Amino acid sequence: MSLDKAAVRAIAELARIEVRDEELDHLAGELSGILHFVEQLAEVNTDGVPPMSSVADLTLPMRADVVTDGGQFAAVLANAPDGVIEDQGGFFTVPKVVE
Amino acid sequence: MSELTKLTIAQARDKMAKGEFTAVELTEAHIQAMAAKRNLGAYIVETPDLAREQAKASDLRRQAGQAGALEGIPLGIKDLFCTKNVQTTAASRILEGFKPQYESTVSGKLLDAGSVMLGKLNLDEFAMGSSNMTSYYGKVTNPWKSKADPAKKLVPGGSSGGSAAAVAARIAMGATGTDTGGSIRQPAAFCGITGIKPTYGRCSRWGVVAFASSLDQAGPMARDVRDCAIMLGAMAGHDPKDSTSAPMAVPNFEAALTGDIRGLKVGIPKEYRPDGLSDEIQKVWEQGIEWLKAAGATPVEITLPHTKYALPTYYIVAPAEASSNLARYDGVRFGLRVEGSSLDDMYKKTRAAGFGSEVRRRIMIGTYVLSAGYYDAYYSKAQKVRRLIADDFKKAFETVDVILTPTAPSAAFGMDENTDDPVTMWLNDVFTIPTSLAGLPGLSLPAGLDAAGLPLGLQLIGRPFDEETVFKVAGVMESAAGFTATPEGV
Repeated sequence: MSLDKAAVRAIAELARIEVRDEELDHLAGELSGILHFVEQLAEVNTDGVPPMSSVADLTLPMRADVVTDGGQFAAVLANAPDGVIEDQGGFFTVPKVVE
Repeated sequence: MSELTKLTIAQARDKMAKGEFTAVELTEAHIQAMAAKRNLGAYIVETPDLAREQAKASDLRRQAGQAGALEGIPLGIKDLFCTKNVQTTAASRILEGFKPQYESTVSGKLLDAGSVMLGKLNLDEFAMGSSNMTSYYGKVTNPWKSKADPAKKLVPGGSSGGSAAAVAARIAMGATGTDTGGSIRQPAAFCGITGIKPTYGRCSRWGVVAFASSLDQAGPMARDVRDCAIMLGAMAGHDPKDSTSAPMAVPNFEAALTGDIRGLKVGIPKEYRPDGLSDEIQKVWEQGIEWLKAAGATPVEITLPHTKYALPTYYIVAPAEASSNLARYDGVRFGLRVEGSSLDDMYKKTRAAGFGSEVRRRIMIGTYVLSAGYYDAYYSKAQKVRRLIADDFKKAFETVDVILTPTAPSAAFGMDENTDDPVTMWLNDVFTIPTSLAGLPGLSLPAGLDAAGLPLGLQLIGRPFDEETVFKVAGVMESAAGFTATPEGV
């Protein structure tokens, strides 16, 4: 599969990474090269082979549904990049999303 | 160079127990050495004040008769482990200034065992790379130099390149690494040290910046097999905070170093002799087989037929998991934020500015192979081939106890080599990735030098949760190899 510029733009959009128009050609070449490389898997017969999502031979453990942590208000916000409004209770802030 | 920095962890432990020197003295010697070798770029952040404080506390614990397994041992911590109130970046711009409010389970266990943290070690950005060239905080230089071309700067390997360089240059007694496709073993081989990626689930992943969660595993990097065994004993163990952490007791790994491997069967996979494998690598591998034979083990040729598909499988599975794990870096809650005209615009600008080119490339590949219409053809297919690769090993371990292979297809290469094409760079991990996909323990130890005087590593692969056999065989090989070479200035 070779990717064209439009496909790269669509992938970048899905990944939420801004890509400048002048980078698209180069990226299309690189990503197509990688896809070409991984496509050799097509020659492996995998009929009836169940997909392996983890090597851990474990069933996910259950625990009691109780509160184990909390009250870490200052720690949670300690690395917030911008605009934590302390006197209004403390929030992460983002650009306005509602007109 | 102080004599104290030349000791192994086991030697320093025993000498401190006898009162020959204190943790404060040992730590001070390492702080000086670390400062003298800043040109290597091994550390992103040095924490000398914290180290001095911890060393003082360690000496007090020892006086009180409460010495832990790593009491007073100065270690470097790969900058992928969250360390409380100490900047943790994953070598990415997107985490510049990030100070975790908690300690990762593994680094916390090392502190609980009495160790001292010297600082945070450089790596490839988000542990994606085999050269330590992709760090936002600068490249790491391998302390070894080629005799043929001493002016050439060599890479330390990656992604745990800072860890490997620091241990080799004697500016940390040991270091933590993480390994997703070879990130402990390949740099250990390039820098002439020992490192083990334990079985998936042996060490908790909690508090380790995630790359590919089904593959990531922490492990020790140190100057010899015994030191790795001591460190792994302190790092391993069940952690309820990581649901894939195995609820199993931690054996005494050091006690496994009995030196007796009589009767063990050592698998030699025929697929690990690709055309064009260098004569020198081939020679050191043959030498390794001879050492094991001389110690009473039996080499057995085995086949791992899906080996050639490991690399393409990995480069679907790992980027897919990475694209999902790295979605959290959005400029909202921590790390870099680049303002934008809308929320979406802020995400995109932040991620474009914060991620380097290799990370962006892998996120985009991962996004593509998981996207609607391509999931089955790529991701699901890779998961199926992954099972075939794991089954190859399962079958092999029905007849052998351990597998011996080269660690990497070459010695350390120059900083200007292998940079043109991402796939060429990835070939470095051709011998380590299959083990990662199967979740098995893999150890690299230095076995000899090539004609240019650069270290070459051999890899031992074990059954799941049988690190003890791996350590035992590694101990025998280490004695036989008698590898005492060190980089210049050590």
